[in-house]
Amino acid sequence: MAIIKGKVFVYGDDINTDVIFPGKYTYTVTDPDEIAQHAMEDEDPTFVKEVVAGDIIIAGKNFGCGSSREQAAFCFKYLNMGAIIAESYARIYYRNCINAGLPALEIKNLVARVKRGDIVEIDTEAGTVLLPNGDTISFPPLPPEVDQIMKEGGLTNYIKAKLSQ
Amino acid sequence: MGQTFVEKIFSKRAGRAVVPGTILTVKPDYVLTHDNSAAIYKTFTGMGATKVFDKNQPLIVLDHIVPASSEKAAINHKTVREFVADQQLPHFYDGGRGICHQVVVEEGFARPGSLIVGSDSHTTTYGALGAFSTGIGRSEAAGIWALGEIWLKVPESMKIVLNGIPKKHILSKDVLLHIAGKIKADGALYRSIEFSGSYIENLSFEQRLTLTNMAIELGAKNGYIAPDEKVFSYLEERGVARDAYEALYPDSDAEYAEVVEIDVATIEYEVAAPHTVDNVKNASTLKDISVNQVLIGTCTNGRIEDLRQAAEILADKKVAHGTRLLILPASNEVYLQAMDEGLLKIFIKAGALVLNSGCGPCLGAHQGVMAPGEVTVSTANRNFKGRMGCNTADIYLASPYVAAATAVVGRIATPDDLEG
Repeated sequence: MAIIKGKVFVYGDDINTDVIFPGKYTYTVTDPDEIAQHAMEDEDPTFVKEVVAGDIIIAGKNFGCGSSREQAAFCFKYLNMGAIIAESYARIYYRNCINAGLPALEIKNLVARVKRGDIVEIDTEAGTVLLPNGDTISFPPLPPEVDQIMKEGGLTNYIKAKLSQ
Repeated sequence: MGQTFVEKIFSKRAGRAVVPGTILTVKPDYVLTHDNSAAIYKTFTGMGATKVFDKNQPLIVLDHIVPASSEKAAINHKTVREFVADQQLPHFYDGGRGICHQVVVEEGFARPGSLIVGSDSHTTTYGALGAFSTGIGRSEAAGIWALGEIWLKVPESMKIVLNGIPKKHILSKDVLLHIAGKIKADGALYRSIEFSGSYIENLSFEQRLTLTNMAIELGAKNGYIAPDEKVFSYLEERGVARDAYEALYPDSDAEYAEVVEIDVATIEYEVAAPHTVDNVKNASTLKDISVNQVLIGTCTNGRIEDLRQAAEILADKKVAHGTRLLILPASNEVYLQAMDEGLLKIFIKAGALVLNSGCGPCLGAHQGVMAPGEVTVSTANRNFKGRMGCNTADIYLASPYVAAATAVVGRIATPDDLEG
């Protein structure tokens, strides 16, 4: 999938995994559709009502800080979201996005340049993000080791392919 | 050019000199999982795997919801037990043994120079023994069960130099919270932190574990403290011979992305106010905050020294009317020792409720879940909105001394408030 186009949801710094997917659900909610329905519950209760496939989150620094819980990344994947763009990520969260096969781009100073509902277009092959005002921002490619996992659609598929070799 | 700790351990594992930014595939000594092992097992089979690659790698400790609070949690545990039996995994600890991070230390798995990953963010704890340890996701744990390996990026290193002598009753928890307030929750993002300085050299082994446990709250990949005699003798007492590991130390001419120097003598009683760990305030500015519940314990501050400190404050005192005190020992070993030392008697006589060892109320799954509008003071490591099960409750993080004094006063208080 080279082009990801969707409307954006904009958030600030330090959005943690507890507000993305509350800890009280980590062992009681296990169905993917149900996990998806709790996405951003304690940060933005309107999020799941408005989000559609292909939509994009744009956030500030340290997105996904806190717990290693994978549901905080997979909930967006289960919603078929297009991508997350953050100024920076907590490292486990970043890995979880790769493992979920969910594009997670690191781009600085974007939060102030977009507003909720704007349409943004990402070209993953060219490594560019097109903003509503026509500005284009470039981002670097993933290291090959990581890109391979993304290309397989996440870690489960990647390992499945490796095991069947 | 010299190497930092993390550059050194990754170079050793890779068999070549590596620099920050290098991505390499490593075979961790151990991969820790807990109640999430059932979900990981599902991913493992989804990967097409049938046999665990190296039976010695998985460390499985049931601790998050023990004993099971519901049928669903019970089925979850049952799945894990069956998987362990089926695969004949040797390193399994059922509910009640303790919180995974304490169990890994007590059982002697974490050693100087070890490389341990875990599907729990507080896996950073083992750096206090000179290990490299970091959190990973569930799928990655499944991947290690299947293939025995994982990719990791060599991080930049950051040195936090702590010198000076702390004031009376100021603990490493205050020091860590002070650092969080100073460098913020992303102050060490993607980095390896090395804690050093005369304060660290003099610090007890148990208080060191509090620092590395919370390295993740600064955004760090891992936290490291140079292992010394305190670590070696702790391990020796647990049957780990001194030649069973190789301690690794940073070179004196290693390069750091940043060096932060702090005189610990300037640090006061520190409290992280809602809803982030870096929202740090001096406890004396929060004395009007009424507190419904106090939690003393967890993988951050549930070791014997923490409980002794709490008992020192609570001896011959009562928990304030309108306040509930929960004690959560980090392991059954700690529990037993607290019993032998008479600490549990002090807690129960004061009006506390002593919980079984486990994660308990820290993540809001059971035991001490909060009601809307309530306030908890906790010795745990996170105060995020909703963390203790209710998104309109407030959590303040503090040291065992401050938490115990708060339980007695019913408002945020320090040992100084109880003196004279």
